[in-house]
Amino acid sequence: MSEAAVEVRPLTVHTPEEIEKVKNWINTEEYKEKNFAREALVVNPAHACQPLGALMVATAFEGSLPFVHGSQGCASYFRSTFSRHYREPSAATCDAMTEDGAVFGGQANLFEAFENAYTLYKPKMMPVFTTCMPEVIGDDLTSFIRNAKQKELVPEDLPTPYANTPSFNGTHIHGYDAMLNSILKYLTEGRRIEDKCTGKLNIIPGFDGNVGNLREYKRICELMGIPYTMLADTSEVFDSGCTGTYNLYSGGTDIEEAAESINGKATISLQKYATASTMKMISSNYAGVSEVMPMPFGVKKTDEFILRLAELFGHEVPDELKAERARAVDAMTDAHQYIHGKKFAVYGDPDYVLGIISFLLEMGAHPWYVVVSRATKKIKKEIDALLESSMYGKGCTCYINKDLWHLRSLIMTDPVDGMIGDTHGKWAARDAGIPLFRVGFPMMDRVNLHRIPVVGYNGAINLLTMIVNKFLDIRDETDENQWFEMMR
Amino acid sequence: MAERKPIEGITTERTEALIEETLAFMPEKARKKRAPHVGANEPESETCAVKSNRKVVPGVMSQRGCAYAGAKGVVWGPIRDVVHVSHGPIGCGVYSWGTRRNLVQGIPGVTSFPMDFTSDFQERDIVYGGDKKLETLLREADELFPLNKGLSVLSECPVGLIGDDINAVAKRMEAELGKMVIPCNCEGFRGVSQSLGHHISNDSIRDFVIGKREFTEEPGPYDIAIIGDYNIGGDIWAVTPILEEMGLNIKSIWTGDGEIEKIAATHQVKLNVIHCYRSMNYMCKVMEEKWGIPWIEYNFFGPTKIAESLRKIAAFFDETIQENAEKIIAKYTPMMEAVIAEYKPRLEGKTAMLFVGGLRPRHTVGAYEDLGIEITGTGYEFAHQDDYDRTAPEMAKGTLIYDDVSEFELEKYVEELKPDLVGSGIKEKYVFQKAGIPFRQMHSWDYSGPYHGYEGFKIFARDIDMAINSPTWGLVKSPF
Repeated sequence: MSEAAVEVRPLTVHTPEEIEKVKNWINTEEYKEKNFAREALVVNPAHACQPLGALMVATAFEGSLPFVHGSQGCASYFRSTFSRHYREPSAATCDAMTEDGAVFGGQANLFEAFENAYTLYKPKMMPVFTTCMPEVIGDDLTSFIRNAKQKELVPEDLPTPYANTPSFNGTHIHGYDAMLNSILKYLTEGRRIEDKCTGKLNIIPGFDGNVGNLREYKRICELMGIPYTMLADTSEVFDSGCTGTYNLYSGGTDIEEAAESINGKATISLQKYATASTMKMISSNYAGVSEVMPMPFGVKKTDEFILRLAELFGHEVPDELKAERARAVDAMTDAHQYIHGKKFAVYGDPDYVLGIISFLLEMGAHPWYVVVSRATKKIKKEIDALLESSMYGKGCTCYINKDLWHLRSLIMTDPVDGMIGDTHGKWAARDAGIPLFRVGFPMMDRVNLHRIPVVGYNGAINLLTMIVNKFLDIRDETDENQWFEMMR
Repeated sequence: MAERKPIEGITTERTEALIEETLAFMPEKARKKRAPHVGANEPESETCAVKSNRKVVPGVMSQRGCAYAGAKGVVWGPIRDVVHVSHGPIGCGVYSWGTRRNLVQGIPGVTSFPMDFTSDFQERDIVYGGDKKLETLLREADELFPLNKGLSVLSECPVGLIGDDINAVAKRMEAELGKMVIPCNCEGFRGVSQSLGHHISNDSIRDFVIGKREFTEEPGPYDIAIIGDYNIGGDIWAVTPILEEMGLNIKSIWTGDGEIEKIAATHQVKLNVIHCYRSMNYMCKVMEEKWGIPWIEYNFFGPTKIAESLRKIAAFFDETIQENAEKIIAKYTPMMEAVIAEYKPRLEGKTAMLFVGGLRPRHTVGAYEDLGIEITGTGYEFAHQDDYDRTAPEMAKGTLIYDDVSEFELEKYVEELKPDLVGSGIKEKYVFQKAGIPFRQMHSWDYSGPYHGYEGFKIFARDIDMAINSPTWGLVKSPF
């Protein structure tokens, strides 16, 4: 740049009045309209990119080492994100493509990385998924991986399923789906045996950062006496104990069991939108019934789940579960007065959001604003239908492809009592002076919430406890002396 | 500087044997590539033998980030009054949103912007290009956040690959909006680590920022700028009071809690003092060449280094400042002695291993030593030769130096050297904690801080003691 082109100006100073004006303006209807008129700018989205979801699946099988084909920085971002949420290690290797990869393609990097990763970390499976870079330049993973095996850089029989997970398409839940589909197809290929039935239920939790939920599904199956295989089981991977020895491959779905899942009695996915392509593949390739069910948030969705299990396997619902149900209902009837009529802003992944709405409607609360920051009209239709199914959904609005800065405008102009979603909503909640109930992914600012289930009957009690007690805390902290009292 | 006394049990022979045993697990090509990056320390040699700033060895599980991370996370992100646009797909902006702990003052969304602004590229943007979208986006951002003092455009991988011209868009929009619009071609695939992102960002400051503004006050003899403090956990707020008490006039901060227009006027200061040499030395050199501004490195970790640094900075000024420096050292010494008296008895003789970014693996050594802790191994994610040359004299002979260490290697090194503490990053933290080894995140101060300055040392000492001596470690071994 030539010297003459530089226009030297004194520092800009904004007066306190100007600042005050803008501070108030961003909370107005006028601002909301401008904010909603945005066409290009996204501010504070509530979703991430495909390969993040792919990593969650790729790490969820026993001895499996996620392999990122693309830029090194991406792998570090995904790993850091999981470690911050779970407070656990998150291993993944990467072939670290750079400028020359952009010119010549990433095969040379993949070759070297395959050999190094296999030699050093001895995985039982190495699922491969992509970042933007190889997707833009059009790398051909089929031939890269075949060539690597021909060169004997890894054993021929090492499972190396791969998924294309471009970040400029879909969100983390679609990466989850693509990777899971690929792994299951790979492992089950040629394993279908006519008339053979393992008698097991395949259960797919979906992109769920709550290991407590996964354990709750398993516990319910165990109480029902149903043998199961959880496909993409992160519960021990991302919640291993501290024993004084680090195990790179803690937990995960047994690979042989996953391969046998094709001969299962039934397959249930608990996240419709995170497993669409996987369930399509399963319904055409797998033996047995395959079904998508809503995440069992609240009593009714849990009832549905348990009834379906009972039907599919011809088992009675055990007394323990009946008692659990009764306890949840007891807790909900006891505490309804603290939550009935309260308005909430709910945001997150579509399956989670649907679940949270169900629970709120059961409690007589209003899911006043629902935001899914990347979604299809089909998802909106399903959310709208759910809202319309209850009188408590009246007046509630669902927004798709809107972000948390849009949501901020909504709650500043027409307030709600609380927000439900991941950590990223904390600025909006703070500005609105309302509590944020952390449910979803990621939760980077509280401990252990990822261990406390929010599904099943127990999950309903946990959600209720978290929400109601916070409202009561707020009263105790803010009530003036004359309204402060012993009982609530 | 006096050479460190040898650490018991640490010898060049043992360290070299450990390296050889560890690298023996690697395929030949990887072993040959990794070998120059690890070595036993030679404090007296002029140049450190450990090689650095080379490509990651694919597949070994490096902990490195990318150029975008260096640009967005490190250099640009902390500037509080700029709208930083992560230009490209959704992920990069989300992962780097609020995850570095570069705290800022201001009213979020009004005068400061600790948020995620992104163009959320879709397939059509890849096919048709994103320049038009970027133009619209910048206009929208300026309208919705009118008190911003500038907008930065930080390119993610696809932007460079599809041949978008963000520089042309930025130039046009700067003219239209009447405020700085700064393009930064920091695509993640460029270079070998975060480091190139720092360099590219420095170049963007050189080309599009510095010299564009002037301070309204008359320049004074004590005007300085703080370079390379990113206000992690509030670091800068523990630093400025000390320098101000010394009589210096801090005109701008690069870039922790920074203000873009003050950065743009930094060519008017008398001295640049630089903390993070790795990420910002480029601009110090530019300002020295173009405006004749001298610069000095300083170290604000631990009382020993703080005192050394205050004297070094004061030596650039007159006697008043030098006397002030001595007064400050005298004032804080009893306070620091009290901190050391409290914690050193519990920490004396402990050892620690470090693996951090580009500065702390050498700069924090003195602070550990103030507490009686010896460093048996250290290394950087993205340092260069000049950083390693500065490291060698800070470490005892025969200690282990590792560059861009893989997870596999670091585990082996820690297993053998059995430190009482590992100081590294989030990806490493839980690996070592599972093994029952106390750990502190030394990029983010592990959600604590500040660690800089006298106030920071109090917190550092408390945290290190807490990590090493927490009773929870005593529960790891199960009785059954």
